[in-house]
Amino acid sequence: MQPFTRVTGIVAPLDRANVDTDQIIPKQFLKRIERSGYGPFLFYDWRRSGDFILDRPEYRGAAVLVTGANFGCGSSREHAAWSLLDAGFRTVIAPSFGDIFKSNSFRCGLLPVELPEPQVAELIRLATEKPGIEVIIDLAAQHIAGGGFETSFGVDPFYRECLLNGWDEIALTLRQEGQIARYESTRPAWLPISR
Amino acid sequence: MAAKIWDDHIVAAHEGEPDLLYVDLHLVHEVTSPQAFESLRMNNRRVRRPDLTVATMDHDVPTRGGRPAADQIAERQMSALEENCRREGIALYGMGHARQGIVHVIGPELGLTQPGLLIVCGDSHTSTHGAFGALAFGIGTSEVEHVLATQCLRQRRPKTMAVTVDGALPLGVTAKDVALGIIARIGVEGGRGHVLEYRGSTIRGLSMEGRMTVCNMTIEGGARAGMVVPDETTFAYLKGRPHAPRGEHWDEAVVRWKTLATDADAAFDKDVSIDATRLEPYVTWGTNPGQAVPVTGSVPNPATETDERALAYMALEPGTKIESIAIDRVFIGSCTNARLEDLRLAATVVRGQTVHPKVRAMVVPGSASVKQQAEAEGLDAIFKAAGFEWRDAGCSMCLGMNPDILGPGERCASTSNRNFEGRQGAGGRTHLVSPPMAAAAAITGHLVDVREFSRN
Repeated sequence: MQPFTRVTGIVAPLDRANVDTDQIIPKQFLKRIERSGYGPFLFYDWRRSGDFILDRPEYRGAAVLVTGANFGCGSSREHAAWSLLDAGFRTVIAPSFGDIFKSNSFRCGLLPVELPEPQVAELIRLATEKPGIEVIIDLAAQHIAGGGFETSFGVDPFYRECLLNGWDEIALTLRQEGQIARYESTRPAWLPISR
Repeated sequence: MAAKIWDDHIVAAHEGEPDLLYVDLHLVHEVTSPQAFESLRMNNRRVRRPDLTVATMDHDVPTRGGRPAADQIAERQMSALEENCRREGIALYGMGHARQGIVHVIGPELGLTQPGLLIVCGDSHTSTHGAFGALAFGIGTSEVEHVLATQCLRQRRPKTMAVTVDGALPLGVTAKDVALGIIARIGVEGGRGHVLEYRGSTIRGLSMEGRMTVCNMTIEGGARAGMVVPDETTFAYLKGRPHAPRGEHWDEAVVRWKTLATDADAAFDKDVSIDATRLEPYVTWGTNPGQAVPVTGSVPNPATETDERALAYMALEPGTKIESIAIDRVFIGSCTNARLEDLRLAATVVRGQTVHPKVRAMVVPGSASVKQQAEAEGLDAIFKAAGFEWRDAGCSMCLGMNPDILGPGERCASTSNRNFEGRQGAGGRTHLVSPPMAAAAAITGHLVDVREFSRN
């Protein structure tokens, strides 16, 4: 995983609540067997309908998406987080996230930041009124600043460490092989096996 | 109960870190797994427990014509799954297998889904398996890879929420309406961060199929997992299934399963109560599953910008009677509502009737077994005689990854779980309903109260 320490980038506002993962990346693009290349299909249907806010030149190259509550609800497709990363986003700021989307984001290097609704509304306002403002997101300091906006934020300490160091979570778990094997030896014999 | 199962699966717990949990059953399908297998290979890792892993093809399989699929990219994805399963020794219920089907339909059918298990799958509707008193939730592809490599998953302990539904269900009101009624009440993010436990006399009175429908829709209320305490209904469903315990093991298992019930004094972080006697058949009018009203109602006035966007997308005016909304398509299928009981309920409405000339209607059984049993009962003949298309098993038009999709502007009465924009096809408009409601709409050509329909 690509480490996340400090990111400086343009803030793009998407002032909508309950943006589901079907909107982030529609199903016709889930048939690929690769992990990359989803960027061009991000918000595909909304982009196609014209005048989509993220397509405005001021937001080109944005690395921070600020949006409404319950972002990434619905399907578990990690392709949603991959498509945001592939399109250049490193952080999504919202009042809340779909549980699975949030978990996927942490695991693939996209930082989900939860801020109280009024702060999110303020950042959306700033990014809309002064298109192209940049913020610096410092994960170690848990701090966001820039464009007249400043706040600290909370984040799961475990995933903060993983992101800061770019750790491979599987490698961490494999170090606990002894404990896994011990647990396995206690499982009852009648539990189902697939063969 | 969630806490008991959680504690039972802790491999390692460290202060400040998420718990490392053991996964009893990992269900795999063609769409969210290829990148996980690829990454394993790149890191020279193997699947730790292929014997606790089961694969099926469901998301993008064609529902007629078999393989090779005309869609070459889908075909490539299915071939990748076959190759990955062959290499790692994973049981695969691929297309053409007598037990193939939607992952959340075949797990229970095979008896693999059992009380007390921790079950995961790269699909958000994994909550379905909670109907058996299992802790089951959807995961992303990175987590799929983690489970393949370690058979474990790191998770923060979720909060708990009791959803109590009491009272007798009125005639014409199904488990689907219970689910839509719950989501209308708690909202699409009401369950976020929680495991839901469905309880109360209404839930106890549901069949396993009905409980699966309710648990299936849990994610639409924002919760990753929903569950029902196992009871005699659960045990009767499981007994004799191919992977259910046998003989002494069965007795041992039932003793264990009975200990899972939530303690009488257990506290929940949140509590919601619903009076089942006041539930009605629901219809969604918007673009998220919380935007639902009783079929006897009207399209509401928009309360938020989200509502306004939804109305514009759905091309509906506030105040329009739900029953006056004409439809073009009907889809009876999906992991929510494509089990034998669902098809029986729909067939009761369809028997002796004809699909409206302006409607194209299809039934997609949840699995090859459901299809075979339905055919043995003659349900296929009822649907076909009425003008329904009778297809092979798969996810089909629930998410439109295969050729079964809505055209732009087409309006569909669907027994699936999501009415998101474009979910069933770009520009398509979805109204979520129960199987009997979908069947009635197919015949009249518009959304209709199935209770009135049966009376006439």
